[in-house]
Amino acid sequence: MATQHSRSAARFMISPAVILLLGWMLVPLIMTLYFSFLDYRPLRGIFDCCVGLENYSRFMGSSSFWDSVTTTLSMVGGILAITLVLGVLLSLLLDQPIWGQGIVRILVIAPFFVMPTVSALVWKNMFMNPVNGLLAYLWKFMGLQPIDWLSEMPLFSIIVIVSWQWLPFATLILLTAIQSLDSEQIEAAEMDGAGSLSRFVYIIMPHLARAITVVILIQTIFLLSIFAEIFVTTGGAFGTRTLTYLIYQRIIESQNIGLGSAGGIFAVILANILAIFLMRIVGKNLDA
Amino acid sequence: MGSITLRKVSKSFGATQVIPPLDLEINDGEFVVFVGPSGCGKSTLLRLIAGLEDVSSGMIEIDGADATLTPPAKRGLAMVFQSYALYPHMSVRRNIAFPLKMAGVDAKVAEEKVTAAASVLNLTDYLERKPGQLSGGQRQRVAIGRAIVREPKAFLFDEPLSNLDAALRVNMRLEISELHQDLATTMIYVTHDQVEAMTMADKIVVLRAGYIEQVGSPLELYNNPANRFVAGFIGSPKMNFIEGESAARHKAHAIGIRPEHCALSAEKVAGAWEGTVEVAEHLGSDTFFHIETADKGVLTVRAIGEFGLRHGDKCWITPDESRIHRFDEDGKTIG
Repeated sequence: MATQHSRSAARFMISPAVILLLGWMLVPLIMTLYFSFLDYRPLRGIFDCCVGLENYSRFMGSSSFWDSVTTTLSMVGGILAITLVLGVLLSLLLDQPIWGQGIVRILVIAPFFVMPTVSALVWKNMFMNPVNGLLAYLWKFMGLQPIDWLSEMPLFSIIVIVSWQWLPFATLILLTAIQSLDSEQIEAAEMDGAGSLSRFVYIIMPHLARAITVVILIQTIFLLSIFAEIFVTTGGAFGTRTLTYLIYQRIIESQNIGLGSAGGIFAVILANILAIFLMRIVGKNLDA
Repeated sequence: MGSITLRKVSKSFGATQVIPPLDLEINDGEFVVFVGPSGCGKSTLLRLIAGLEDVSSGMIEIDGADATLTPPAKRGLAMVFQSYALYPHMSVRRNIAFPLKMAGVDAKVAEEKVTAAASVLNLTDYLERKPGQLSGGQRQRVAIGRAIVREPKAFLFDEPLSNLDAALRVNMRLEISELHQDLATTMIYVTHDQVEAMTMADKIVVLRAGYIEQVGSPLELYNNPANRFVAGFIGSPKMNFIEGESAARHKAHAIGIRPEHCALSAEKVAGAWEGTVEVAEHLGSDTFFHIETADKGVLTVRAIGEFGLRHGDKCWITPDESRIHRFDEDGKTIG
């Protein structure tokens, strides 16, 4: 099949897709790189060429930069922790044979279909509102002072909102992994005297390791660019300004395209470092 | 000790009854084989004994004590699964040690037991490997090792050799038989292969659709099958069944004669059945002939060594009268 001829034909035929994708990726990247070396503030009519690394040093020199990096990492870390722990538990639960299993599974997936902006607004207005929110009613019902979630613990609130959205994804992947576990292994462990906790620790968790690394990898890639949830809830205030949000503010609110682009390049580098790091872990896990 | 008694044990999945109430006695140290065609409930029966399935009614006694509601781990039985069910992320050493670890056995004692089991099973060189790096036969031995270290009252084997190739199967059959000689522990073995049943068992339990058709030693089943099903299931190649006029002459609905109890001749013999050779299967030591007859259908006949008949040749079959089995309309043997 794979003759010289068919191979070159294949290369020729996939080239439009490759060129399109490369262009799609490279043009914005190069433009961002180009802007990051300019002093470009369109509203003031400034377009000065070649300020060197000044944008970079200003972006990284500001105190908000390191804050935003730590905020980003703790937000991603927090969401990963919540989705994984609850995802494992939920998938174990959903694996049990119950009446109406199909419907329950669809219900569990539902949050994933809700747009981020919508879900954040729903959470903000229906649950976390200190006057009318359901949580406020719950708190009052228990005789407690309602919490103004988004101003008192804003980072945690956003983590909760995003976790709610991503939990179905983690659950789904982990559920399929659990279903692929050979039932004879569980039975063998049962006969070997392993209680349910031991079975979970020694049989199920090692089996899930691979799926968990996949969930971590994919979620990290998407979670690094959380924007809508922050935009509609805190607007980046109260220490919820992630790197992505900081770049947005520099470009749109301060109208400083050069400075924002420098931040963008840094975000690309950060994402790549994380990606390489994760890929190596995943690769190692997938080999075994 | 390892005697197991089933009293009126039955199992239903929903409305379908897989195993109708059934009694069975398994004595200490016996090698019992459950054999039957697929779907006859033999694996379910084993799982009931193991405790992996709950009985619908009846009682299971292990060493005289009621174990019907005892969880699998507490029954003191060890099981070897068809897929081996090794833990893929653990080394062979940790796989074998797992039941000991779960039982809270001291690490040093466990280590000694694992080493002992590994040397019995020729696994010493593979202790640090993962199951994925082992061959089928080695995986099988690890699964057996995991069962041995527990020093169970009885071993349960669920079609353990069905995933191995033919040559390896013969080897493992011997090894399991030797193991039974050495340990003298009760073993219950499930298979659909009557050759495994015949070669290994002290006692064979033939099952069909959940019913026990016959229980007995291999030769008992071979010589005195209780009915047509057992007669056809035990022995290879299959027994020939003849209905009609020849059967009526023996005052039976059907008669059965094993291929090895027929004499074959290329010349006309008085009173013999005439036929034409359809297929000759040459095994070297034996030749199996499939012979088309006028009124008795296709008969299988075994001849020792080479026998110069080919496709299309005429031949005459003389059955050994003393070896003819007679069956009535319901397939029961007429004594």
